[in-house]
Amino acid sequence: MSMAQQTISPKQMRRIILSQSRRANVGHIGCCLCVVEILSALYSSVLRAESPGDPERDRFILSKGHAGLALYAALFLKGWLSEGELETFCGDNTLLGVHPEAALPGVDFTTGSLGHGLSMAAGAALAARLQGSARRVFCLISDGECNEGSVWETAMFAAQHRLSNLLVIVDRNGQQALGLTCDIIDTSNLADRWRAFGWNIAEVDGHSLPDLVDVFSASATTQTPRIVLAKTTFGKGVSYMERGISLTQTQLPVQPINWHYLPMSEHEYQLALEEVERSN
Amino acid sequence: MRKAFIEVLCELASSDDRIVLMTGDLGFMALEPFRERFPHRFINAGVAEQNMIGVATGLAEAGFRPYAYSIAPFASLRPFEFIRNGPVMHRLPVRIVGMGMGFEYGHSGSSHYALEDIGVMRTLPGLTIVVPADSSQAATAIRDTHDVAGPVYYSLGKDDKISVPGLNGCFELGRVQVVRQGGDVAIVAMGSISQEAVAGAAKLSKRGIEATIIVVSNFNPDPEDDLFEVLSRFRSVVSVEAQTVSGGLGAFVAYVIASRGLSCRLRVMGVRTSSDGTSGNQPERWRKYGLDRDSIVEVVLGAVSG
Repeated sequence: MSMAQQTISPKQMRRIILSQSRRANVGHIGCCLCVVEILSALYSSVLRAESPGDPERDRFILSKGHAGLALYAALFLKGWLSEGELETFCGDNTLLGVHPEAALPGVDFTTGSLGHGLSMAAGAALAARLQGSARRVFCLISDGECNEGSVWETAMFAAQHRLSNLLVIVDRNGQQALGLTCDIIDTSNLADRWRAFGWNIAEVDGHSLPDLVDVFSASATTQTPRIVLAKTTFGKGVSYMERGISLTQTQLPVQPINWHYLPMSEHEYQLALEEVERSN
Repeated sequence: MRKAFIEVLCELASSDDRIVLMTGDLGFMALEPFRERFPHRFINAGVAEQNMIGVATGLAEAGFRPYAYSIAPFASLRPFEFIRNGPVMHRLPVRIVGMGMGFEYGHSGSSHYALEDIGVMRTLPGLTIVVPADSSQAATAIRDTHDVAGPVYYSLGKDDKISVPGLNGCFELGRVQVVRQGGDVAIVAMGSISQEAVAGAAKLSKRGIEATIIVVSNFNPDPEDDLFEVLSRFRSVVSVEAQTVSGGLGAFVAYVIASRGLSCRLRVMGVRTSSDGTSGNQPERWRKYGLDRDSIVEVVLGAVSG
């Protein structure tokens, strides 16, 4: 692992996600924890960007905008967000809401409405090509987001226009807002679907930093856009969240999606933090 | 206006590399001049308007000026949220071009009518809205709004022949155009139906009633001050638009009258019912929905006598 990768460690990111969620008393913890390694890989050693305002920077679009806190953690560790700004997360009149806003330096595009980010990413990739730039564009979507028809509009467009400078990552945590993706809109054959739309597919462990860096860094070998199906665990790093247990709302069924909504109690926060601190 | 649009766009694109024309797979016998002159800046996005607006947003963020073209309801209503969350929220210079104002798609039927686009688009602060009344005004408007820093929605007519007497190609953001002076009644019109207002005024003149005609061709910034100044001289005002009466021209005129404390009475002429499934050519639609010149005469006669 390079020095650069060590500057944005998953452990530090999880610490920030937990402490900010606790301070602000908000949820969306599980879906932030599961994309930590993906964002760590991108912001440590993949995205080429001298500064948030550099027009020649690679673009990143967090189309699953509800993981905004994970992005803020990465931007803070990258040095693009001050501690004072980070501490405004979910405060009044803040630029750091649950979903990211482009008015915040470091956020390339405003997201939050699922199915929107990917089309802007395709535009950013097309712009780079028209300008003869080597910029790359990365877009993180969720498996539940693939319910949106607009995702497939862009899937067809990007393949048609051979946007090989576009790399899309699907956070395959298997969860969506009211349950399991397999019970709501089954996306178990997502690889086949994207392949049928003309995309180059890679499947990867979404928590293996070296594997993620490798697949994100690899040069395009074909003229097709690429999609990385990253298998992740909702609430990764906090075992009671991974198992879907609320220690305070004990009337709730045991299901990971609980941690899409619930804020942590102080007891839950301390347990979560201890576990993260013990991890490698 | 369609011919004027593509001619002006070609003229602008010849000196501005940032201009890109996107289409939702529409514009046969219309967009070809641009495609032939600037093939690398012509992008057919296919029949997928949400993606087209999203791609346009990404292009604009990188410095392009994308013009995204389709039939008006497909360009505005289908991707409405992509417009709001994209160019509007990001304050980016995407230009959305909706073709076929009001009932212009006649026999194509109600799915193709643009009766809500102005009202809907007016709900978005920061989105400049341009609704020319004829081709020469469209040409001026497209040229003059090319450099607007934020997004623009153009509601354009297909018809290249409609001409509103007295307009003379004039257009100014935040201003209205007064195309006829008269002291008895003010008629406020928007879009190509303005020609019906002018024709109606000529008929009224023969009956001794003189109308001032005000053409409203843009919103955001709204031409509030101009409208206030003109309307303050009248007791009777009639607004005419080929739009539903919610949120469009009539709603704007009512807002100016009420918020500025004017004492005039407003009659709003617009569409008040949902489609009954029928279709017909534009003049027939104007008659059916009570928006043609004779209907305007009738409403004005009622206004000045009441």
